[in-house]
Amino acid sequence: MTKVNVKLKINGDPYELAVRPNRTLVEVLRDDLHLTGTKIGCKTGDCGACTILLDGKSVCSCMTLAIEAQGKEITTIEGVGLSYDKLHPIQEAFVNEGAVQCGYCTPGMIMSAKNLLDKNPKPTELEIRKALSGNLCRCTGYARIVKAIEVASEKMYNTQK
Amino acid sequence: MNDTKTNNNSLIGQSIPRIDSPSKVTGKAQYAGDIILPGTLYGKLLLSTVAHAKIKNIDISAALALPGVKDVIVGKDTPCIKFGNWRLFPNTQDELPLAVDKVRFIGDEIAAVAAITPEIAEAAIALIKVEYELLPAVFNIDDSLAPGAPLIHDENKELTSNISLDRKIDVGDIEQAFKDADYIREDSFLVHPHSHAYMEPCATIAETDAEGRVTIYTSTQTPYIVQCLLASTLGIPENHVRVVKPAIGGGFGGKMELRTWEFCAAFMSRRTGRPVRFVLTRQEELEIGRRRHGMKIKSKVGFKKDGTIVAKDFEAYLDGGAYNSMGPTATFLCGNFGAMLYRYPVYRYRGYHVYTNLPPSGAMRGFGAPQAMFISETQMNMAAIDLGIDAIDLRIKNAMVTGDKIEGVTTISSAGFVESLEKIASATQWKEKKKNLPPNKGIGIGCYSFISGGVFNWFNTQYHFSACEVRAYDDGTAHLFTMSCDIGQGSDTVLRQILAADLGILPNMIRLTAGDTAMTPKGDLGTWGSRVTLMNGNAILDASKKIKNELAKIVSVKFNLNVIHDVAFADGRVFAKANPKYGMTFGEAVTMWVKMNRGEELTARGVYTPRDKGLTTPAYSFGAQVAEVDVDPETGVVTVEKISTAHDCGTVINPLSVEGQLEGAIQMGLGYTLCEQFAIKDGKTLNTTFLDYKVPAAEDMPQIVSYKIDTYEKEGPFGAKEVGEGLVIPTAPAIADAVFQATGYRCKDLPITPEKILKSQGKI
Repeated sequence: MTKVNVKLKINGDPYELAVRPNRTLVEVLRDDLHLTGTKIGCKTGDCGACTILLDGKSVCSCMTLAIEAQGKEITTIEGVGLSYDKLHPIQEAFVNEGAVQCGYCTPGMIMSAKNLLDKNPKPTELEIRKALSGNLCRCTGYARIVKAIEVASEKMYNTQK
Repeated sequence: MNDTKTNNNSLIGQSIPRIDSPSKVTGKAQYAGDIILPGTLYGKLLLSTVAHAKIKNIDISAALALPGVKDVIVGKDTPCIKFGNWRLFPNTQDELPLAVDKVRFIGDEIAAVAAITPEIAEAAIALIKVEYELLPAVFNIDDSLAPGAPLIHDENKELTSNISLDRKIDVGDIEQAFKDADYIREDSFLVHPHSHAYMEPCATIAETDAEGRVTIYTSTQTPYIVQCLLASTLGIPENHVRVVKPAIGGGFGGKMELRTWEFCAAFMSRRTGRPVRFVLTRQEELEIGRRRHGMKIKSKVGFKKDGTIVAKDFEAYLDGGAYNSMGPTATFLCGNFGAMLYRYPVYRYRGYHVYTNLPPSGAMRGFGAPQAMFISETQMNMAAIDLGIDAIDLRIKNAMVTGDKIEGVTTISSAGFVESLEKIASATQWKEKKKNLPPNKGIGIGCYSFISGGVFNWFNTQYHFSACEVRAYDDGTAHLFTMSCDIGQGSDTVLRQILAADLGILPNMIRLTAGDTAMTPKGDLGTWGSRVTLMNGNAILDASKKIKNELAKIVSVKFNLNVIHDVAFADGRVFAKANPKYGMTFGEAVTMWVKMNRGEELTARGVYTPRDKGLTTPAYSFGAQVAEVDVDPETGVVTVEKISTAHDCGTVINPLSVEGQLEGAIQMGLGYTLCEQFAIKDGKTLNTTFLDYKVPAAEDMPQIVSYKIDTYEKEGPFGAKEVGEGLVIPTAPAIADAVFQATGYRCKDLPITPEKILKSQGKI
């Protein structure tokens, strides 16, 4: 299969590379660009570990071809916050509320949470749970993840429920 | 064992956030699959497509000829050394890294390829041709034990059937005891296999240095076990293998053995001189991954009219799949767990580990207990109705209490079981609710007990069960080396908390190095059986005590303390307890010690091995759980509305982590009970994605409340005992009991499906 040139904008940075047309975005992110914060849990779009934002909308990067992402703003976990001193409020809430155990689902969870709060700053508990329906976690039972998103919402939008 | 009752250190009982969380929320934590080394080759396994066959021929020529393929191996290329975790009994070690003469299940590993890209590796696998001579196969316990069934391990001449191992427990005269019973409850049950479904598929990358020493980064919860078994299968000294545990994306018991891909990565890295990496797909995980044992169980319990239990006769057949894996341990433990929770003055257990042509079962959270206690708890609920005694009252009447003994097995050194039952009864308004159940609603109970690490040593380690090293520095910091693995349960945080509390310094003053066999103390068996907090915690307190002894001498000399003075460690200082002004900072004390010792480094090794603690464990957790459900009468769909738990894990070291374990356990227990089930036809797993193998999602979770019962376990660090695994046990019996209350359907065949409920009601 002949490779094609693609230009991708990831976390604001320009990247140019040649990929086979059937190469998925998650493969490009992890294997070609070494942005390994995005995880692979299933490669069938069922677990959400590979969730990223494409023009602000959450998608499974294992279900997205790299060539489809051209001309779009790609945000990965590395674009949410990398400095331990300046964590994003969602990241900070995940740490403080105990929403992280093994951590493998965490980057995808945070991307889905960001997608939710960007669109719905004051979600109800049910709205949070629905927003996480595509993200599986095997460790936490979700309770503290839901709580962390509530705390982040309060902090980001100064909302008190 | 540790005199820590007097320690009022405020760190114990504090919800300190996980130390590894910042690296995980930023995506910087490195899991094995994130590691690529220069020159890495990509590995892929060829899996058997048939369930039972002789291998007539394997043709790898086309695969080898494919450009970009650097190595192809089959079983005969390897040293052909069998492995298994029961090193004490080599005859139980029945697995080869790659099949040689025979395959025994669909998914049995036959060959491996290493190539310059994953795509080429995959293409090469497709070019390998295997000729099989098919053999009859068996896919369940009954067929496997039927006369004339094919022997799955006919190479083992000591076996005359597919039973690979059995275990017997006999306490008292069982025949006589049942004659004395007023009421006998006898039932048969089936419990199903259950996937760990950890979110991180297994991954491994191995490299070999110029002298042939192997370094392997791998998703494991037991680096020492992998080191030993990898060395033995490669035929090299253990010290030539370095196992490094990166971040681990969940284990639940599924990552505690040497696995084929670890061997193949190491073996091919030695042959090619390049790093070799394997990352399993989710499909492979669900096809060939270890799982909780499915079992066929018969249980008979005798009672007096007043509800007093007189005897129990418990027989379990474990579906082991094609290899022993951790099945022998499960067979042993299932018998022990069958005798837990209640006082069974007379007890008989017969456990049989049975080979079938299915993927091997292994260790999984709870390890024999979820099965054994689903049965014992369900029978208690059934007996309560027949005897006309409330289910909680019946339990309290028979509950184990502190000091109880199981003859020849164990002593219960602390138990908050009765208190858990009383608490859950009042907190859930159990009796009132049960009397006034609205239509289609149910409330049910299940209980649990679990071990805090195992006393058994079938791995046959020559070293202490747990070991750590602590180094104290002149800048007031310390460095903790441990082989315990944080697989998501939070041990990195809790162990640091224990050391910080005991040394009187802040947790962030402690650097932690975990799970690197070239650096961390040899002989810690790693993370399984809920052993880490108690066993490694005790090792840490042992090391800490030695460090403190040394520093106490410094303060004593410096301030000319009378020998009757105690020296305290708190707030980063070392001082005379009765007169805190006689003291100095921790760093100053270390500096003086180093000067006194002419430049030596202040280090201490701490160890813990349970001795004279019976055959099972040094300490047990206990608890009781109540589930409230709604069952749709039209569809039979069960909605779990609320789960309440009262539990006793001794002293809570980190409440945030304990709650996290509880909530995660409920999720796993809920999946086990209602929606997680392998669909296997003629040995072929049909549901190999998370679309079909349904793990509970955020919306599926009930409201969760919990109550902590205070106990102090004298064998545990600061009074702590297990919390990681036991909590996965009570959810199935509690939900099953609630479903019975709502529908009249009594589940003796997990999981509970809408179909079974509707069938029981004659609706379909």
